[in-house]
Amino acid sequence: MAEAEENTVLHIADIHKSFGGLHALSDVDLQVKEGTTHAIIGPNGAGKSTLLNVVIGRLIPDTGAVVFDGEVITGKTPHEINQAGVARVFQTPEIFSDLTVFDNVIVPILSKRDGSYKFNPMAKLSAQKEAHDEAMKLIADFGLKADDPSGSLSRGDKRRLELAMCLSQHPRLLLLDEPTAGMSRHDTNSTIELLKKIKEGGMTKVIIEHDMHVVFSLADRISVLAEGRIIADGTPEEVKANPVVQEAYLGG
Amino acid sequence: MDAILLQILNGLDKGGAYALIALGLTLAFGTLGIVNFAHGALFMLGAFCAVSIQSILTLSKKVKDESVTFFDAYKETPYLEIWFPEIGPTIIDWAVPLSILIAIPVMLLIGLAMERGLIRFFYKRTHAEQILVTFGLAIVIQEIIKANFGANPIPTAAPDIVAGSANIGSLVGLSDNIVYPWWRLIYLVFALVVIGGVFAFLQFTTFGMVVRAGMHDRDMVNLLGINVEKRFTIVFGLAAVVAGLAGVMYAPILPPDYHIGMDFLVLSFVVVVVGGMGSLGGAVAAGFLLGILQSFASTNEVKSIIPGIDQIIIYLVAVVILLVRPRGLMGRRGVMED
Amino acid sequence: MTKKVLESELFIMLLFAGAVLTMPLWLAPIGAGYPDLMQKFAIFGLFAIGYNVLFGLTGYLSFGHAAFLGVGSYAAVWSFKLLSMNVLPAIFFSMIFSGIFAYMIGFVSLRRSGIYFSILTLAFAQMSYNLAYSVLTPITNGETGLQLTLNDPRILDAASSNGGALPSPTLFGLKMSGFEGFYFCAVLLIIGFFIALKISRSPFGLVLKGIKSNQTRMKFTGFNTRPYLITAFVISGMYAGLAGSLMAVTDPLAGAERMQWTASGEVVLMTILGGVGTLVGPVLGAGIIKYFENIFSAFNDRSLHEVLAFLPDGMENIVVTLVRPFVGEGWHLTLGVLFMLVIIFLPGGIMQGIDRIFGKSKKKKAAEAAAATARMGEEQHG
Repeated sequence: MAEAEENTVLHIADIHKSFGGLHALSDVDLQVKEGTTHAIIGPNGAGKSTLLNVVIGRLIPDTGAVVFDGEVITGKTPHEINQAGVARVFQTPEIFSDLTVFDNVIVPILSKRDGSYKFNPMAKLSAQKEAHDEAMKLIADFGLKADDPSGSLSRGDKRRLELAMCLSQHPRLLLLDEPTAGMSRHDTNSTIELLKKIKEGGMTKVIIEHDMHVVFSLADRISVLAEGRIIADGTPEEVKANPVVQEAYLGG
Repeated sequence: MDAILLQILNGLDKGGAYALIALGLTLAFGTLGIVNFAHGALFMLGAFCAVSIQSILTLSKKVKDESVTFFDAYKETPYLEIWFPEIGPTIIDWAVPLSILIAIPVMLLIGLAMERGLIRFFYKRTHAEQILVTFGLAIVIQEIIKANFGANPIPTAAPDIVAGSANIGSLVGLSDNIVYPWWRLIYLVFALVVIGGVFAFLQFTTFGMVVRAGMHDRDMVNLLGINVEKRFTIVFGLAAVVAGLAGVMYAPILPPDYHIGMDFLVLSFVVVVVGGMGSLGGAVAAGFLLGILQSFASTNEVKSIIPGIDQIIIYLVAVVILLVRPRGLMGRRGVMED
Repeated sequence: MTKKVLESELFIMLLFAGAVLTMPLWLAPIGAGYPDLMQKFAIFGLFAIGYNVLFGLTGYLSFGHAAFLGVGSYAAVWSFKLLSMNVLPAIFFSMIFSGIFAYMIGFVSLRRSGIYFSILTLAFAQMSYNLAYSVLTPITNGETGLQLTLNDPRILDAASSNGGALPSPTLFGLKMSGFEGFYFCAVLLIIGFFIALKISRSPFGLVLKGIKSNQTRMKFTGFNTRPYLITAFVISGMYAGLAGSLMAVTDPLAGAERMQWTASGEVVLMTILGGVGTLVGPVLGAGIIKYFENIFSAFNDRSLHEVLAFLPDGMENIVVTLVRPFVGEGWHLTLGVLFMLVIIFLPGGIMQGIDRIFGKSKKKKAAEAAAATARMGEEQHG
């Protein structure tokens, strides 16, 4: 296992994960620096989503560990990992489709404020002034309407809502699983702008993406995953120039 | 040793009934994705097929009793005995086996009607709604039976020829102490034959192959241009027949009443869960296993150690299994594992 | 009136309390204005409100709540036997014991979700029922049911003897029968409703709704969902215990049949009939079912003929034959049919029906439809 370098906020150390006989991830070792946007690219089935699942505690790796902010988070439950400051946007938006946009956004704010469990059945939701204001501001920033039922939003709006939910927690690390998949060019561009804006705030991001336009507009560093292994790692220019990558992924 | 063997035997017939019901539940769940709380009612309907056939065959009128000479005495004599003095009594005696022939088409029709009339509208609704609507249906069926047959258990006799007990012990060269009622032995064999039949049907016919493929991946089979829906409907009918037959044959063992279905349903669901939701083999294995376990828990030796264990053993096993191995004994990975 | 006033806690509580306390007036014209029946409305209303805290808010379908009802009844009768005929300790102990019992069952059952959770609760309820009938006879008095006797110690009010007759439950001397009994239950119903209202509008309640909507997202949003679920389960179990103790207050007798899983089915039906997840729905459902149970089961052939006497003779007989299976003993048949009809046509219950009739903005409806289809799609794939 490589030593963690300075400023590393997320260290994915020597992860192995197999399902039955299939090696989904082998020897994956990655370091993500504080405040950077780190893209993970690779063909379908390369193990990108598996890797994110390992980070957020949905899957437990066979060997290896995930170190977040100097602390091993492997084996912790998803809610503990979230409380430690990791949020994730899913490939298909995971929102509370029975609830309004407002409720969707205030839930993560409450989680950030109250921790993983708080018994306050007699408190008034409508009286949570700060949380309320924060949610309203975020909803306005994202161009959503607080009273809309979230289940009926367009796909693009659902993605935006999910992003808003994650950002409302001010996570130290934001994981994005194909945030622009299925979006129109216009929506994709506005999402890129949005993510760039977040970047200015100094939040660390790990992004999985197929769209090279998105990757090269956002990423400070790129890792290429193929058949569960990292075959290249470097700045966008280095990766672009890497012949192995060109052959395996960029198609020469 | 004898005692153990006897307890195993005692558990097997009940286990057979659990296995048959659980098999149907699993078929419906595996193919249609339906959690059917009315499946126990199908078992009960089968049992009441036997009851009805018996009461139809014994429709009687009052006939003067010639053996009484001092005054005019009358006794109830079935029409069958009046019309066919030769074979009438035999037919009546064989009411339960005869019922099987009637029960097959009747249960098939009921099953098909249930699927087309109700179940198919619930494929896309939540499991909770499926449970609730079939629970409602079960209440309706059992209340109809109660209204027509009353609330008391109705004894239904097996043919005289198999009325006694088989001395199994001496038959297989063991101790004479092992005696076992013939009918329960027949039930066990019958259950095994039906289970074998269902498995053979699924294993060796083209129809069965499609159904199994559909259980595995419904979309794939649909893509091949095979109409899975229609076959699944038939499978539901088949499940109803299996439950019905289990009920017909069980009537001589336990006089059926209107809530026999619910009683068996709850246990059978537990059996399905223990065996592994969606696993046919698991359902059968767990059915017999739990039947035997229950029979052991009912012995005085066990009861003196843990009082009341006979009442709760099955549920207890289910709780433990669900907690330590959520997919059951033989459940496929990932099927409703959560 | 503005929407804000209509939805304010004070307004809802005033309306609800007003409706409950004036029940003797407005129920009299439909023949339900007598205390025994109204007391039943209140008791089952509480049971259903509590059930809704679990099923309505979290979506976890329990088939075991009758067990908590039973535990509540047994605890109350024991309190009458050992301590005092005062109803307050009885209620206190019922809620404590049913809460503990719910915690134990919930702790285990809530390790699973979906249909597995339903079957686990069913298994626990069935175990409780079987045990109450067999080995627990010293506590439950088996089939006979637990009753008061003259030799009960009743250590707190041993001084007052009742002249050889069995004493009846009181609230500091106030007899709990007739209208006193009803108003006692009515006040508890109002308090119970108020607490449920508070819960559903609290951050805690929102978390429960979030769990119902998308438990995965809740976990990745930093919530430890299990303690939330256990808390909701215990709260709803305590409501059931309260309802059970009130049953014992009305009639100091507790039997195991109260714990049977079909009894759990009844509270599910009440909640669904009224409207799962709505506030008033469960109370409404409980009231409607108990009202019709009362009317339908009272009919027999003769009373049917009397009611239908205005029809021509031939027609009368036909109608009587058609209706007969659904009334009297056949009330459960009606219940089963009702159950199916509601789930098939009106899964949102009466409250949904009211919304449909009085019109909701089209936008909201479309949204719900979209949400429903989305959910269906997810379930198919998931």
